[in-house]
Amino acid sequence: MHKALLIDPLKCTSCMQCELACSFEHTGAFNPARSRIKIFEFEHGARSIPYTCTQCEEAWCLHACPVEAITINLATGAKEVDPNVCVGCKVCTIACPFGTINYSADTGKVVKCDLCGGNPQCAEACPTGAITYVDASWTGLDRMRASAVAAHASGA
Amino acid sequence: MGWQRKILRVDLTAGTSTVEPLNMEWANAYLGERGLATKYLMESMDPSVDALSPENVLIFATGPLTGTMASTSGRYAVVTKGPLTGAIACSNSGGKFGAELKFAGYDLLIVHGRSEKPVYLHIVDDEVEIVDAAPVWGTSCWNTEEWLKSHHQDPLLKVASIGIAGENLVRYACVVNDLHRAAGRSGVGAVMGSKQLKAVAVRGTKGVTVDDPKRFMAVVAETKAKLWDDPGRRGLEKYGTNAMIDNMHGWGGLPTRNSLQVQFEGTEKINAKAMRATGEDGHRNLVTNKACFGCTIACGRIAKINPTHFTVVHRKEYQHASGGLEYETAFAFGAECGIDDIDALTFANFIMNEQGMDPISFGGTLAAAMELYEEGVITDADTDGVALNFGNAEALTIMAEKTGRYEGFGRVLGMGSKRLAEKYGRPEVSITIKGQEIPGYDARALQGMGLGYATSSRGACHMKHDVFEEDMDDVSGNGKAKPCKDSQDRIAAVDSTGLCWFTTSAWGLEEFAVQVDAACAGTWNADRLTEIGERTFNLERRFNLAAGFTRADDTLPQRFLKTPAPSGTAEGKVNELDRMLPAYYRERGWTEEGVPTNETLSRLRV
Repeated sequence: MHKALLIDPLKCTSCMQCELACSFEHTGAFNPARSRIKIFEFEHGARSIPYTCTQCEEAWCLHACPVEAITINLATGAKEVDPNVCVGCKVCTIACPFGTINYSADTGKVVKCDLCGGNPQCAEACPTGAITYVDASWTGLDRMRASAVAAHASGA
Repeated sequence: MGWQRKILRVDLTAGTSTVEPLNMEWANAYLGERGLATKYLMESMDPSVDALSPENVLIFATGPLTGTMASTSGRYAVVTKGPLTGAIACSNSGGKFGAELKFAGYDLLIVHGRSEKPVYLHIVDDEVEIVDAAPVWGTSCWNTEEWLKSHHQDPLLKVASIGIAGENLVRYACVVNDLHRAAGRSGVGAVMGSKQLKAVAVRGTKGVTVDDPKRFMAVVAETKAKLWDDPGRRGLEKYGTNAMIDNMHGWGGLPTRNSLQVQFEGTEKINAKAMRATGEDGHRNLVTNKACFGCTIACGRIAKINPTHFTVVHRKEYQHASGGLEYETAFAFGAECGIDDIDALTFANFIMNEQGMDPISFGGTLAAAMELYEEGVITDADTDGVALNFGNAEALTIMAEKTGRYEGFGRVLGMGSKRLAEKYGRPEVSITIKGQEIPGYDARALQGMGLGYATSSRGACHMKHDVFEEDMDDVSGNGKAKPCKDSQDRIAAVDSTGLCWFTTSAWGLEEFAVQVDAACAGTWNADRLTEIGERTFNLERRFNLAAGFTRADDTLPQRFLKTPAPSGTAEGKVNELDRMLPAYYRERGWTEEGVPTNETLSRLRV
């Protein structure tokens, strides 16, 4: 079963533990500047929204890559960058409509979310359940359940 | 590791910056943040200089756990000589700025001297620039942060700045970071103002590493789970710190109308429940809760003023959400000024964040002015025609803005309660200790808290000791010396890790020690942390003694010592400081004059 990251901004407190965990997993240091998931704050923090790669099925980044450095991990469905192949041309960063693949000046390669090989550390670290890793075919299940409850409560 | 092992030292007089290695001998003896900065401060300046002179030194300090995965790792402290008190000031703050300073590669930023013209520091890892602040001088913290991010085309920049209050040396100006977190007390923002330093803007990309990553992640997961399940944490998440106001009102320890009373009849209109209630018009004060960097508690409040309220009905710029009421703000603007208008309180709180002022000290100062106004000592001729009666919500909001912009009677309020009361010849109406306004706990109803006020290194303060349980168990002064001393040392140790004191409802020093031990080289246990706390506290004492403080300054306002509490649990009681203080000095290993003995100093290797 493929799983996907499910983000519920209403539960996000902007605590940055996802960014700490992501950077630690990928660089060995706590370093939000190297995180592949980012939290955005709006209106003085009234809303905080974590955002990362959604692992598009027809991934623009993958198709744009001229050297085929981006491949699909068949176990997780993640689109992964092979740093040994990537030449740092950044075409993928232009192709991605969501901005979730980025060039790293440290390494000269691009980086993006790889779902940590099937155990995403951001979801692991999130204390409030704003980031979860769920069945990719049922990311709407919680909202569906909430709607069902609301409909039931209103007497429908 | 844990530490970055680097100090950034900036001399604003010379316009230079230098990087030096962290003194590891001091790091091992004082750990970080509060303790380490106290050591560096002591070694960098003469404690007797004027706090607002170029000779004062201003330190932004992170701890070894700041910026790590440890829960509440966002904290930094501003340590300097405080212009409100003349004592050592150590004000810590959350938000994201502290972690960013660490990510840029520095444990401490030490600022010397005074710039000829207003400047800000722009730090991107190793690149440090002292930049002309003319475009933002004379503007608010909020504007400064927005302008810096836009000017540097860097939305990830983290900013700590002062507002107009700090520029004008308002004695309780604070340093505001991330819009609504503040190094709040003792006027550390005025020290920035005196140095003509408008802001520190920092971007860090270096990250923080730890000594034993695998073990660190394991212990962090364990301590984090413990914190998450803690009922105290759950309360803070849901209600914020303002859950306290009902307790204090019920107990009779809620300073009300400049501490003439100890219970406030308007409590229900400004408490945590009121913040959460949806009115008939559909408005709710509380929008959401919010965490600081790395925090599993998320006690921060984000609130909105009712758009029909007089403060904002014609001012769209304040109709957005921003930092909401903490207990201390609700007490200081509400009970202490006798005001029960939650929107007015929230508005004044916005102004505190926007212009960088300590709400506790502002509220305490306004309350003293209100008492003098009601007595006729201060008149409309002084107050620009504003009726400063207790309970006047409009007066609170007008005076918050006047002080924030340093206009009219706001200039007098900006002196702080002690100087204001002295100016009008009535020093006894100032409810201050070492010149600093009290937080929301009456010293007659909480005896140990009173002892903490009298002996805290920075004057009246609720964040540097914790005798709360003992005070609830026994309303007398019995047995308060030891828990007061022990908690002071414990909190000094916690402050030195770079984590937040609010974790202590779930964690003891063991939980801090195990995280420090995994992060830092060497062996760290609870005993070693306790010793670091005690060492730090004694060093702060030495700073204050060198600054001219004596036993006579370890006292409380006459109102707490002479006037019995008018109601509540402690009705008829005064604070028993004269009994507690000698016992406390003995407990500390200090002389009868409150001076650490040579034996104590050598035992602690101060």
